[in-house]
Amino acid sequence: MSDNLTNLIIKGLQGHKLDRRTFLKLGGISGAGFVLASALPKTANATDQPSLVGSVDLNAYVSVGDDGKIVILSGSPEMGQGIKTSLPMIVAEEMGANWDDVTVVQTSIVDTDRYGLQWAGGSYTLNMNFELMRQMGAMARDMFLSAGALLMELPKHELKAENSVVFHPSSGQSRTFKELVAIAYKQPIPAVEDLLFKEREEYRIIGTSKSQVDSLEIVTGVGDFGIDTRVPGMLYGGYVKSPSVGGKLISANIDEIKREPGVIDAYSIKGNGEPRELMDGIGIVGTSTWAVFKAKGKVNALWDETQASKDSWVDFEKFAASVDSPTGDREVVSRGNLEQVFADDSNLVIDSVYEFPYVSHMCLEPMNCTAYFQEGTNGAKDHLEVWIPTQSGPGFQTVAESVYGLSKDQLTINIKRMGGSFGRRTSSEYVCEAIELSKRSGKPVNLTWSREDSIKHDYFRVGGFQKLRAAINADNQLVGWEEHAIGVQQKGEPVIGSGFRDNAFPLVNFPTVRGTMTLMEMNTLCGPWRAPWSNTHAFVTQSFIHEIAVATGRDHAELLIEMLGEPRWLKKGDIRSMNTGRAVDVIKLVTEKAGWGREMPAGRGLGLSFYFCHAAHVAEVAEVSVDDNKKLTVHKVTVAADVGPIVNMSGALNQVQGAVIDGLSTMVGQKITMENGVIEQSNLHQYPVLRIDAAPKVDVHFIQSDNEPTGLGEPGLPPLAPAVTNAIFAAIGKRVRKMPLIDEGFTV
Amino acid sequence: MSKIKLSVNQETFQLEVADDMPLLWALRDTIGLTGTKYGCGIGQCGACTVHVNGSPVRSCLMKAIDAEGQDITTIEGLAVGGELDVLQRVWIDQDVAQCGYCQAGQIMSAAALLANNKKPSDEDIDNAMSGNYCRCGTYVRIREAIHTASRFYDASREGTS
Repeated sequence: MSDNLTNLIIKGLQGHKLDRRTFLKLGGISGAGFVLASALPKTANATDQPSLVGSVDLNAYVSVGDDGKIVILSGSPEMGQGIKTSLPMIVAEEMGANWDDVTVVQTSIVDTDRYGLQWAGGSYTLNMNFELMRQMGAMARDMFLSAGALLMELPKHELKAENSVVFHPSSGQSRTFKELVAIAYKQPIPAVEDLLFKEREEYRIIGTSKSQVDSLEIVTGVGDFGIDTRVPGMLYGGYVKSPSVGGKLISANIDEIKREPGVIDAYSIKGNGEPRELMDGIGIVGTSTWAVFKAKGKVNALWDETQASKDSWVDFEKFAASVDSPTGDREVVSRGNLEQVFADDSNLVIDSVYEFPYVSHMCLEPMNCTAYFQEGTNGAKDHLEVWIPTQSGPGFQTVAESVYGLSKDQLTINIKRMGGSFGRRTSSEYVCEAIELSKRSGKPVNLTWSREDSIKHDYFRVGGFQKLRAAINADNQLVGWEEHAIGVQQKGEPVIGSGFRDNAFPLVNFPTVRGTMTLMEMNTLCGPWRAPWSNTHAFVTQSFIHEIAVATGRDHAELLIEMLGEPRWLKKGDIRSMNTGRAVDVIKLVTEKAGWGREMPAGRGLGLSFYFCHAAHVAEVAEVSVDDNKKLTVHKVTVAADVGPIVNMSGALNQVQGAVIDGLSTMVGQKITMENGVIEQSNLHQYPVLRIDAAPKVDVHFIQSDNEPTGLGEPGLPPLAPAVTNAIFAAIGKRVRKMPLIDEGFTV
Repeated sequence: MSKIKLSVNQETFQLEVADDMPLLWALRDTIGLTGTKYGCGIGQCGACTVHVNGSPVRSCLMKAIDAEGQDITTIEGLAVGGELDVLQRVWIDQDVAQCGYCQAGQIMSAAALLANNKKPSDEDIDNAMSGNYCRCGTYVRIREAIHTASRFYDASREGTS
């Protein structure tokens, strides 16, 4: 075994980690001729470690060692959105810390009383934690200022803290945090209402670029992903479920499976019928993931499929084709006299139908969880320890209580870094499956789904169809707007992401408007997928607005700006409602930066789109060329976004660049279909993804308005698809109303 | 089952593996080097890329028993003597990763590219890196990082230290 080797590496890295920022400054090595060799770090000795022994907790999030090293906790789960870096940056900023002195550590427990929300999602994690992070930082700073006042015998209000130093500007006297920490922690903890916060102009950390706090672990292979969890005595596990969701296990060749090489035991497991918790299945534990994968392939099970999904994508298409009314039976929004504008003979009416498929999350790290269930003996309570890559630790606390009757004091929840999530890791079935295997085997079990499991048992982005029509008056103005989504319901209610909501542009602000839905009952599991609703609604509506611009001979940008109307918050004081002025600002900026309106060669075009979601105003312009064989090249995507002040510039740019490429990957080739309830795709050979050779340049511009700061995990994605399809139209005059593009004969 | 000796990161490991066990799982579950990642199991995502005698190989497709007698390098072995490889340093410096799960494979493919081609063009990078999928879409930064790293290789070759 290589424990020695791994330990050596980890030991070496722990040393590097503290020093790395002294030699690795963002952008600092891009100059030509700079040679790295002399700047390589030496393996650190023990005194360089952040000594939690001898350190003091100034509050729930901040502790400082007697060596001056600062540990800031990260309470929110990290899935690649950068929250583990950006939230501690806010703390460090208000604290007056030197970022080089900071080590960030994931909270080791789930305790929402102590740490707050501890979940991540909706691109609101930054926004919802900003105030708490400021308070934690300002509280720590106040205690250092009190200590400095005592030690330097100066009035506290004349002191400032920067770069881990408390100083007196007029006299030049100063004391480092290291010198003050022993006194600081004895100072009274200030009341939240007495805290003073920095002005934006005083920021030194917020708004700069910081490499992710886990970058070193990631590039050296010692990252803390859930799938890498190793616990002494651990077995590897797998779980086989009904190929169509809802099937009940009648029987399986358990005895044969137990004899497979590397298999330690196998079990028939009865579920509770809740797909997000525990479905019937065959559980297997073995000596390696490979042994378990192989044994899973040998499972021969009989399923009662009476209650199982019989979904068919083809049937859904037929259903959609049978719906011919422009108006559905389920009303979402209705305003103004729409019948009148459509009945008016002097108005031009145009209509279209759009289509988009189910898609998979395709998190590169498959679903997994490690669980260790220990039965209480001698009157002690049962205890469950889990290592979960999840967007919500508190969410699992609820499930542990309802499914297993385990209270918070019987749980140890380790939140692991996620190898991507995009909304996927919000359910608990992969946790419950691991628990079942641990309960039966009496051992800790690392349960890992195969790629095939992860696709076939995903909670998909729901597919759908949408009819649109618009009325245009004699002055070429849009006077009526109607949307009719043909979507999916489960137990009579629309599934997450199906159709649209009443707060979506342009339904939210247009004066004469109607949005309705017609839903088909389907059982295929659906869930949040990066910018739910918006990721399809933006494609549909922003393409159709371009169709209107083309039909009326108007400039697309000018039409969009007219549709947004007077600058205002749609709901005053609510950043989740659109600010039409900011919307116009990002449209103007993106068109300026992309050179909107310039002459383009044949076969090349620019496409524009705008969308508002997740408190973010985002406009994008794609520059695309299409050759005679319908080979598509996306040369460049220009983005303008207003999400208020940027906390970590590097992370923010990365999120937008990634959202653009993810959006392109999805629209080009991805489509999940099902027949008789069984998902027809299983792995990448049937589910093409974008490769580096097709990745466009991405040029991102932020308007750092006085909007409250908010997240960027999602809002960069929705405008991408319509920007590209509008550019295709500009290039070759073909309107794309159906995803994915490869089904329309395009290649990249 | 076969007893084999594997040379990984210049260390020898004796292990007993199923004859069909891919090198990926021998590394992860038997030896315990979890830096090499499982993504698809069919050689299409590149997350499991390691070097075998210096060449990039998808370790999910190579049987462990076939790797006997070959020099295997994983992401854990890229930093030699506690010193990070230039690529690793640039990857940190330019904050390439998002979720980070694919990045070990990306770096191993990039390292194999730079070992043979000190000044790769965009097209060279596309050719060498197209087998490595990034779900988060960090391709823009991966390309920039390889170019940056190649400048350092170039500088050190010219002895401008």
